[in-house]
Amino acid sequence: MAGHRKSKIETKALNLYYGDFHALGDVTAEIPERAITAIIGPSGCGKSSLLRLFNRMNDLIPGVRVEGNAFLDAMPIYGKNTDVVQLRKRIGMVFQKPNVFPMSINENIVIGPKSHGIKDKADLNAITERCLTQVALWHEVKDILRKPALELSSGQQQRLCIARALSVDPEVILMDESCSALDPESTMKIEALMLELAKQYTIIIVTHNMEQAIRVSDISAFMMIDDEKIGRLVEFSATSDMFSNPKDKRTEDYITGRFG
Amino acid sequence: MKKFKEKLSGRVFFVLALSTISALVLITVFIFVNGMPLIAEVGLFNFIFGMSWAPEQGQFGIFPMIVGTVSVTLGAALLGIPVGICCSIFMAEFAPAMMKNIFRPAIQLLAGIPSVVYGFWGLIFIVPAISTHLGGVGMSILAGSIILAIMILPTIISISEVSLLALPRTYKEGALALGMTHWQTIRHVQLPAAKSGIVAGVILGIGRAVGETMVVIMVLGNSVALPESILDSVRTLTTNIGLEMGYAAGRHRQALFATGIVLFVIIMILNISAQYITRKKVK
Repeated sequence: MAGHRKSKIETKALNLYYGDFHALGDVTAEIPERAITAIIGPSGCGKSSLLRLFNRMNDLIPGVRVEGNAFLDAMPIYGKNTDVVQLRKRIGMVFQKPNVFPMSINENIVIGPKSHGIKDKADLNAITERCLTQVALWHEVKDILRKPALELSSGQQQRLCIARALSVDPEVILMDESCSALDPESTMKIEALMLELAKQYTIIIVTHNMEQAIRVSDISAFMMIDDEKIGRLVEFSATSDMFSNPKDKRTEDYITGRFG
Repeated sequence: MKKFKEKLSGRVFFVLALSTISALVLITVFIFVNGMPLIAEVGLFNFIFGMSWAPEQGQFGIFPMIVGTVSVTLGAALLGIPVGICCSIFMAEFAPAMMKNIFRPAIQLLAGIPSVVYGFWGLIFIVPAISTHLGGVGMSILAGSIILAIMILPTIISISEVSLLALPRTYKEGALALGMTHWQTIRHVQLPAAKSGIVAGVILGIGRAVGETMVVIMVLGNSVALPESILDSVRTLTTNIGLEMGYAAGRHRQALFATGIVLFVIIMILNISAQYITRKKVK
C-alpha cells in the first residue's frame, strides 16, 4: 500500500535533542498522502516527540535541537526560510486532552480563520457549519453555538477540537493520542471520523492502543528506544503486513504483547 | 490532660483569629458612629454633592474631593494599567529566565518603597518637571497620577502575571497549532482566558490608589476646588482627613469621619467586586 501513494511528509535522518538528551535518532520515513499513519510503540519511545516535529511544536521547549530534515511536499519543515505559522496552518493538530478555549463554541471555530485574515461574517458562519458538520457535531450544537464550549461533554469537546483544526483548511492532521482521555463510545465516534477525514486529509496519529492502530490505520510506524535510550523507528509498513507478518523481532515481541 | 491541651490550643487560635476580625468590626463601628451624625444632620446628598468645604462656617460639602480622588485615580489607572499589563505579558511570555530573575525582585522592591519616599521623590522631581515643561505650579492631578501609577504597578503586574501563568499550557499550544502567531495567541486566547484575574488585579491596584494618602498630600497641592485641567491642584478624600484631623474638633471632626465613611464604602465596593470577579472564574 505504502508504495502506491504519493508521500505527503518525508523525513530524512531526523534527529532530535532535548539539551544533551538524544531523543530521536535518524528517523527516515515517507508518510503517504490521504491515509492514516499510526505511530505505535512503548511509552517513552519518542512517538509524541516525532509527531510534534512535524508541526514544530517542539520549538516551544527550551534547549531543543533538530538535525536532519523533514519535508512537507517539497518544502523543508526545518529550513532557514520556513514560515512556522504557515506550516502550522497546513499541518493541524489535535491533542491528547480536549483543549477547547474558554469561549463560545462558535468562537472556538472562527478564531483560527479570523487570525488568518477572514473577516466576512457570512464566510465565517459557513466555515463554522462546514467544520462542525465534518465532525458530525453540527446537529448537536447548532442551536447553542454561543454557549461556552467547556459546557460540552469531553467527547463533544474533542470533536470540537478536530473541527477547530479543520477550520484553517489544513492538509495534514496530527492526532496525539486523541482518544485516550475519552470513553469507548466517544472513541468509536472519533475513529469513524478519522476514517472519513482520511479521504481528504493526511492523518498521522500517535496511539498506545494497538487495536486502534489496527482498526483505523493504513500504515504503521513502530518505534522503540535502543540500548542508548535513543528513540528509533524500527519498522514502517502497511498495518496489515506489520501485524500479520512483522519483519523485525522487536516489533513481533511488542505486538504479541511480550513487553511494553 | 492531653485532651484539655488540645482543646485549649484550639481556643487560643480561635481567639487570636477573632481579634483580627474584631479589629475590622471595631474600626468600622467607630468610623460610622462618629461620622453618621453629621451625615444625618447635613443630609447625605448635601454632604456628597456639596461644593463648599468650610467647616468653620458649617459647610460640609465633599464633592470637590470626590472629584479629586476620582480624577487622580483615573489618571493613575490610565497610566498604570497599560504599562502594568504589558509588563506582566512580557514577564509571563517573553522574558528569558535570567531577565525574570531581575525583574521580579525589582518589582517586589517597588512595592516595598515607603510611600513617603515616593512622595518626596515626586515633590523634588516630578512636580518641578511638570512646572517647567507644562506650566503652573506643578502640584497637580498629573503629578499625583504619575506617582500613583508607579505605586500600583506591582499589584497589577504580579496578579496579572500569576493569572497568565496559571492558564493551562494547552491553550497556548492549541492556538499555536492553528497557525496563530505568538502575539495573536496572547491577544485572542491567553488574555481573554486570564481576563478575570487581570481585572481583579487592576481593581485591587485602583483600590490602593484610592486609599493612598501620604503621596497625594505631598504632590497634589490640596486645594479644595473643582479642577479644570490635569495641571490643577486638587484634594482627595484621604488628604482631607490626613490634613485636618490634627486640629479638628466637634462637627468638623465628625465631618472628617464622615469623609472616612465615603472612602470606606468606595474601597469596600472595589474589594468586593475584585473578589466577586475572581470567584466567578473559579466556578
